[in-house]
Amino acid sequence: MCSYITEIVAISGSGKGRNDWTTLDKAVIYYDHPVHAPFDHALNIDFTNSVTNERVAVELSAQSARDLIARIEAALNSGDSVHLGSQDAIREKLAGGRQADRMIEHVPPFI
Amino acid sequence: MYRNLVCKEVLYQGHGNQTKNAYFAAPEGPGPFPAVVFIHHLPGWNEVCIETVRRFAHHGYMAISMNLYSAYGEGDADDIGARARADGGVSDEQMLGDVAGAAAYLRAQAGANGKVGVMGYCSGGRQAFLCAGRLPDLDAAIDCWGGRVMVKDASALNANQPVAPIDYAKDINCPLLGLFGNDDKEPDPDQVNKTEEILKALGKTYEFHRYDGAGHAFFDWSRPSYRPEQAMDGWKKIFAFLGKHLA
Repeated sequence: MCSYITEIVAISGSGKGRNDWTTLDKAVIYYDHPVHAPFDHALNIDFTNSVTNERVAVELSAQSARDLIARIEAALNSGDSVHLGSQDAIREKLAGGRQADRMIEHVPPFI
Repeated sequence: MYRNLVCKEVLYQGHGNQTKNAYFAAPEGPGPFPAVVFIHHLPGWNEVCIETVRRFAHHGYMAISMNLYSAYGEGDADDIGARARADGGVSDEQMLGDVAGAAAYLRAQAGANGKVGVMGYCSGGRQAFLCAGRLPDLDAAIDCWGGRVMVKDASALNANQPVAPIDYAKDINCPLLGLFGNDDKEPDPDQVNKTEEILKALGKTYEFHRYDGAGHAFFDWSRPSYRPEQAMDGWKKIFAFLGKHLA
């Protein structure tokens, strides 16, 4: 399927790319043809630095992606209980929490 | 078959008269040779494009594949494709300008017979169909499993792709070849049938071939979707079609 439905979200963090660690400020998410994963369609995420255009790419099966979403939520929830009151949590609350990682754009389907 | 080829990266004048890069291949010799413009799919201007262009040259055609993403700079094809995707892809107008420029480049080559066809896979198949309706100088068009030639709802249209290619079917004035897998979801068999009904009602010259046991991208030897028997029959259909209409 050539849906090319693309979601873009602002993120804050780092990733290790081809050569070294880089700051990441945007994630581009789409469920479409992967380049490398052996599936017709995959959940693909490009974690990018929009200044340098560096990219950390992942291509996951749909089930893997759903499992990952669940485990990310579980990890965050358990981490919140452990780290509540930590400097990281305080900084995040001051910055508006994870809600700051808002959806910034929805790109309509194209082909 | 032509075993001695001329293959090289070239510059041509694309959309907006901008100088852009492309890959060109042709048989050695005086010609005359028919020509093909190959449109790359959305994931990028990759090795498949180079191989496809060389394949056409091996069979006696001049061929060119334009880098639709030349504005995104140099780098691995998948990285450049990712940047283009994040921007919403190239517009239909840019693509049409680039194909028209590439076709003009081919016609200007020594040894060209003056006839030019266009072909593409996947998103390139959709674009080839669109070219057939929008570029009146083309002599043949080949749509390989192009999705969204016909859109299921208007939300699939946007600023870059504002009109469904099927809406230009009435303007097609070159023969059209379509290759499709019956297990494909986009275009699914129903969409292919409806497209064919429209072409038939309009009195257009076309050939549609549908393959059982194949889905999307069944030519792509690097993916699980590859179906060798259907792919090789598809290539026979392509060369028979071009031999008939570009000679």
